[in-house]
Amino acid sequence: MNKWLTPRSTLGLVLVAAALIVLPFVVGMGGQAWVRILNFAILYAFLALGLNIVVGFAGLLDLGYVAFYAVGAYTWALLASPHFGLHLPFWAILPIGAVFACIAGALLGAPTLKLRGDYLAIVTLGFGEIVRIFMNNLNAPVNITNGAQGITLIDPVVVGQFKFSATSTIFGLTVTGPQKYYYLLVLLALGVILVNYRLQHSRIGRAWQAIREDEIAAKAIGINTRNVKLLAFAMGASFGGIAGGIFAAMQGFVSPESFSLIESIMILAMVVLGGMGHIPGVILGAVLLAILPEALRYAVVPVQKALFGEVLADPESLRMLVFGLALVLVMRFRPAGLWPSPERRRELAEKTQ
Amino acid sequence: MSAPVLLEARAVAKHFGGVKALRDVSLTIRQGEVYGLIGPNGAGKTTFFNCMTGLYVPDGGGFVFAGAPLVADAPHRAAERGIARTFQNIRLFGNMTALENVMVGRHVRTRAGVFGAILRNGATRAEEAAIRRRAEELLHYVGIEDCADDLAKNLSYGDQRRLEIARALAAEPKLLCLDEPAAGMNGAETAELRVLIEGIRADGVTILLIEHDVKLVMGLCDRVAVLDYGALVIEDVPAVVQHDPRVIEAYIGVAA
Repeated sequence: MNKWLTPRSTLGLVLVAAALIVLPFVVGMGGQAWVRILNFAILYAFLALGLNIVVGFAGLLDLGYVAFYAVGAYTWALLASPHFGLHLPFWAILPIGAVFACIAGALLGAPTLKLRGDYLAIVTLGFGEIVRIFMNNLNAPVNITNGAQGITLIDPVVVGQFKFSATSTIFGLTVTGPQKYYYLLVLLALGVILVNYRLQHSRIGRAWQAIREDEIAAKAIGINTRNVKLLAFAMGASFGGIAGGIFAAMQGFVSPESFSLIESIMILAMVVLGGMGHIPGVILGAVLLAILPEALRYAVVPVQKALFGEVLADPESLRMLVFGLALVLVMRFRPAGLWPSPERRRELAEKTQ
Repeated sequence: MSAPVLLEARAVAKHFGGVKALRDVSLTIRQGEVYGLIGPNGAGKTTFFNCMTGLYVPDGGGFVFAGAPLVADAPHRAAERGIARTFQNIRLFGNMTALENVMVGRHVRTRAGVFGAILRNGATRAEEAAIRRRAEELLHYVGIEDCADDLAKNLSYGDQRRLEIARALAAEPKLLCLDEPAAGMNGAETAELRVLIEGIRADGVTILLIEHDVKLVMGLCDRVAVLDYGALVIEDVPAVVQHDPRVIEAYIGVAA
């Protein structure tokens, strides 16, 4: 009856689940900083899967995705910090953040409906910057976002008496703040994976794919392309909003600096590098691009010291160099992404024949 | 003929800059007939199609379909009302399978939204199963059920034409508009296409056929309209149209 739960796949699932459960403790042995890096990798996977709805499924090139991340982060920051003296619980803020981001998504989507490709990319890029500049300047005449200083002392996720930011002992096991957030993020990520998968194989998912393939034909068969595209923007944006909220809670601090264009580009790169429209590929892309630069940061200085006896190149600048090189190599040798969907791989293989 | 009118075009006009692509074209299509629209290249046949299906907004006149006016500039509305079409230069969703192409075609006749998709409740699952079943039936109907899981762009030319018809039929149209379905087909394929079109008509779908293959049009159509330079030359049964001097002039030119 259930084709998914064969003995083999059940074993696989159990192994993956076990690995996910022990991972933060294994990684934690190398220091809590690594758990934080791991958390960011999952957060980026979450963001990349949100963007995948817009770019991968509906084929709308969005270069301003970070704007929705920012909206979510600022929603959390304003509703749960001393800045306004508000301290709403997480189960109230996350949906509000998602709704705000969703509205922002529709606001961006509405004027761009007739644009495609390069033109859409330019407008979305501008939108991303506008949101960031807004956050930077909404401190006068009424101080809403506290400008470039950002908002500090943001509440962490708290469930009852259980604080996600503090270390506590559960059943004799010491669990640190980052490790708790890890489990929260994994749960959320599993949620977004499920949503992605179900949307892809649905009436709406097919309509998105149809628009991506041929918008005129999609119209002719009766798809209301305006609504369906807006839906893609809004869905993608609301996931960005949720990710932003968790980001604010995890960091305890937000400022416009965290939402620059390069973030949008990174998230898009994760989607493209991993394999546009293919859920496992997008996750792989996000995890790789989030972890490799950090790993590099730790490796670069010791390696240089060992080789040359001194630090010649700053790890930060090397990071971008390696990142760029990786992108070029992937696009050259695996143009469909590191882990493309079987159809997409076939499609590109045929083109090069 | 006493069948009720399905589509009425009232003085439809369309110009692109100074070019008058359609000059006050009026014609009526009755329920259940195969209606042919012919004319030399550039006569305005496809423009007429595009105006009717909402891809273009006419500059004058309009359409009445099944008793109510068609809204211009709303292609998805036209499909909802029951007008489905194929394209002269086949427009399939190339990187979707044949089955998926037809499944998308069910879009206007199904309802599931985002929440249904995410929750995957009973109603959504039932609808999804029905979509798949109907799509499989339609692939069988046009005779390409063996290609269900092939990407649309990998199908042979003739099968792509058939798939496009299956996709259009998935929307349960009252009026099926075929834009040069026989273009590029050999004699055998055209004969098969003719059988298919006759079958569709027998199922009660009215058909508007744009075609260059005069033999096919004259053999298949109940009535034929001829367009030339964007104007309607004649609208009548094939036997009359064939011998009309204006039609001969439009196709061959005036005798010196």
